[in-house]
Amino acid sequence: MPRPTQVDPRGLRVAAAITSVVLAVALVAPQPVAVTLLALQAAIFAVSAFGGLQYSPYSLFFRRVVRPRLSPPGDLEDSRPPTFAQVVGLAFLLVALAAYAAGAPTLGLVATAFALVAAVLNAAVGLCLGCELYLAGRRLGLGGSATT
Amino acid sequence: MTGLVVLVVALTLSVVLGLLYQRRNGRFRETAPTVPVPAGRPDDAVRLSAQQIGVPLGTEATLVQFSTAFCSPCRATKALLSDVVSRETGVVHVEIDAESHLDLVRELDIMRTPTVLVLDPAGVVVRRASGLPRRDQVLTTLAAVRAGVDLNK
Repeated sequence: MPRPTQVDPRGLRVAAAITSVVLAVALVAPQPVAVTLLALQAAIFAVSAFGGLQYSPYSLFFRRVVRPRLSPPGDLEDSRPPTFAQVVGLAFLLVALAAYAAGAPTLGLVATAFALVAAVLNAAVGLCLGCELYLAGRRLGLGGSATT
Repeated sequence: MTGLVVLVVALTLSVVLGLLYQRRNGRFRETAPTVPVPAGRPDDAVRLSAQQIGVPLGTEATLVQFSTAFCSPCRATKALLSDVVSRETGVVHVEIDAESHLDLVRELDIMRTPTVLVLDPAGVVVRRASGLPRRDQVLTTLAAVRAGVDLNK
């Protein structure tokens, strides 16, 4: 297996902060705007999850605008846990989008809210809920192909 | 407007969860008395053998760390615990890959990685923490476990 990519954890926190703002606006915006924002955010999750974290526009913003103003990173992080978490985020937004499409806006709000809580926790205290779900999933006999 | 209510609830929940996380993450809690009572350990005390963890038990304490590949704090925990044991005598650190020991993970009810178990010299699990602990939390816990060991010599 190739050596996993290393990422700057501060970039992940910045990306989570931008995600939080987008999802918060999506909760209070009129439905057409909300759906557009959720679709854009879902696309960004998909790019990060399947293309690579470094291709996300949030990551580009961090590298171009934020990082030049910061000192070099003290420690780098394995990219696999946050990549896995992007898949979890994407899943929640797909549920939200499907709910809106099916005419169940309340479910759409709730699914968006779950993704928002995860993003806020990631940005504020560095807790990656998506990563925490990994072992729970394996205990239930799910997944595992990504690392083994 | 429903959206605004949901937003306020979500943000409140985030604050509560965030504070709870910061309070509990890495904190060691007692899983069995450090000092064996005269009548012996309670029946529900969990014991691990050298065979189960793959290395001989430490003469003073053993730090058993459960990790997964999908876990960033595990690396920091490993670095911290390796450093701590290198400065202590009779304390052993072992890292166990949770994914390849799912039976043990279920038996010990490990929900998160890293989870660190502290074993006494007999292999009884006396302390347990999940999340990256701070150095002083590890040292305080080791001192408590050692004190228990000394009382029974």
